[in-house]
Amino acid sequence: MLLRLLRRTAVFLASLFVSSIAVFTFMAVLPGDPARVTLGVNASDSAVQQLRDEFGLDRPLVSQYASWVHGLVTFRLGDSYVSNAAIGPQIADRFQVTLWLVVTGMVIAVLIAVPVGTVMAIRHRRLSGVLLSGLSQVGVAVPAFLAGILLITVFAVRLRWLPANGWTPPVVDPGMFLKQLVLPAFSLGIVQGAVLTRYVRSAVLDVLREDYLRTARAKGLRPGQALVRHGLRNAAIPVVTMLALQLATLLIGAVVVERVFVIPGLGSLLLDSVANRDLIMIQDVVMVLVVAVLLVNFLVDLLYIAIDPRLRAGAS
Amino acid sequence: MTVHSVELADTAVGPARRARGWNASLVVGGLIVGLLIVMALLSFVWTPHDPTLVNAAARLQQPSAEYWFGTDKFGRDVFSQIMVGSQTALFVGIVAVGVAALVGVPLGIVGGMGSRWVGETLMRFNDLLLAFPALLLAIMFAAVYGGSTLVAMVAIGIASIPNFARLVRSGTLQVMRTEYVLAARAAGRHPFGIGLRHVLPNVSGLVIVQMSVGFAIAVLAEAALSFLGFGTPPPTPTWGRMLQASQELLWEAPRLAVFPGVAIAVAVLGFNMLGDGLRDYLDPKLEDRR
Repeated sequence: MLLRLLRRTAVFLASLFVSSIAVFTFMAVLPGDPARVTLGVNASDSAVQQLRDEFGLDRPLVSQYASWVHGLVTFRLGDSYVSNAAIGPQIADRFQVTLWLVVTGMVIAVLIAVPVGTVMAIRHRRLSGVLLSGLSQVGVAVPAFLAGILLITVFAVRLRWLPANGWTPPVVDPGMFLKQLVLPAFSLGIVQGAVLTRYVRSAVLDVLREDYLRTARAKGLRPGQALVRHGLRNAAIPVVTMLALQLATLLIGAVVVERVFVIPGLGSLLLDSVANRDLIMIQDVVMVLVVAVLLVNFLVDLLYIAIDPRLRAGAS
Repeated sequence: MTVHSVELADTAVGPARRARGWNASLVVGGLIVGLLIVMALLSFVWTPHDPTLVNAAARLQQPSAEYWFGTDKFGRDVFSQIMVGSQTALFVGIVAVGVAALVGVPLGIVGGMGSRWVGETLMRFNDLLLAFPALLLAIMFAAVYGGSTLVAMVAIGIASIPNFARLVRSGTLQVMRTEYVLAARAAGRHPFGIGLRHVLPNVSGLVIVQMSVGFAIAVLAEAALSFLGFGTPPPTPTWGRMLQASQELLWEAPRLAVFPGVAIAVAVLGFNMLGDGLRDYLDPKLEDRR
């Protein structure tokens, strides 16, 4: 088990290293001259040179990379050239906002997918199961930003129950915060829920065919009891894997949904930075997103060992 | 020698295996995709109106016999824009899926045939690519080179490579365990020949199914990219940009969001159903082991 843990940690650290090189190469090396890209083709040579000096772009690439990584690790990322505001605190603020969206969206997705997927599996030969399957197929085909626009049309424009957009931090006005969170979180949650439902269905179907479930029934448990006590824990493994993979989709989906609902999260920061050609900010935000995804995958690997005793025993 | 017909009795899908034949998903999915292709091809030679023609007199018209889906705030015909938008969706899909399959399939075969070390390295590389979804890649590309159709295609293509590589590797691993591969190896056939003669034909079913699903992913990603303004630039109409433009008019004309939205959802649904249908029709003897 310890060996497995060490190997996973090594893979995680190596992934961080390789992806940081990839992002650095892409954002700092490929553009040729990041200062020129930031300032645009019409900037004077002296202005470009000044920016190059300021960001140390004349230093060797290895030294530039080292100081970037040092900045990431210590979270001292310097100031944005465009807004002159410190990059680190901006990213931290925006990340909180996005985290609210992603976590609420994920919770909604799970709350939809686990019961619906289980029902779909149990009734997979009946009409209700087939209808639910069809419905989830439609849900999978709808991108989160489209769901957002449709939700706005119904709940903000027609019914006027909820605000169409905006963001209020929970400490300022909790009521308003919740009202504004509902639609964007549901846009993410419904769509991810539809995707996840299909995985829950197939995971539960697999479990239903297992011998140990028949054994549990034979010893006197009702079908529901047997499934809850022995089945769902086993079905959880592929579902949790999928959940982790979906987190990347959800984080990126949040980028677009933030744009739909005018929410000042990490996605809006990223898109604004692209509009402002703030390459250094983009490089940092992209890296933060990638680290978040890799970190979640790493944590899921650790979670496997906790969920599945076979993996614990098998590795040692 | 037809390798396709070789029965993999020991790896065949279990009792749930369905008979080979037409099924509802295949028919409905095929019809939707067929209709989409016809619409895209037709739009090259004919649309009811010029999709880019600005006509102030015909702003925000309701659907009518003249304008089937109505007009947008510049008086442009929505139906014609939807038709032309299907060109971009399909074109981006073809190139992105092509890139992903051309890179992903050989990678998967090599990963499945090579040593354990090669396979493991490939899988780690795959996991790493998964941390860079299409949208993030496209934003990085667009930041450096500006948004364009090419950026959308390349970003979606690269991001789809892991899907193909993972699937083909698991298929290859199964084929490599079969007796005919053992026989070919015993006969001294070069690994390259085994890959081409035995592995590739046997994983082709998986690849075809993944291509259809990959198309659905590409249509979704292209819509998101053009919604954000990183895809095909104006004036070429795209479904994503139509949605983006509809947002400011949700109070006056919500139908402007509904038509491109339905177009995206139906196209994605069509490719997903076609993928499901093909999976059953081709009855791949190789299980999808994700």
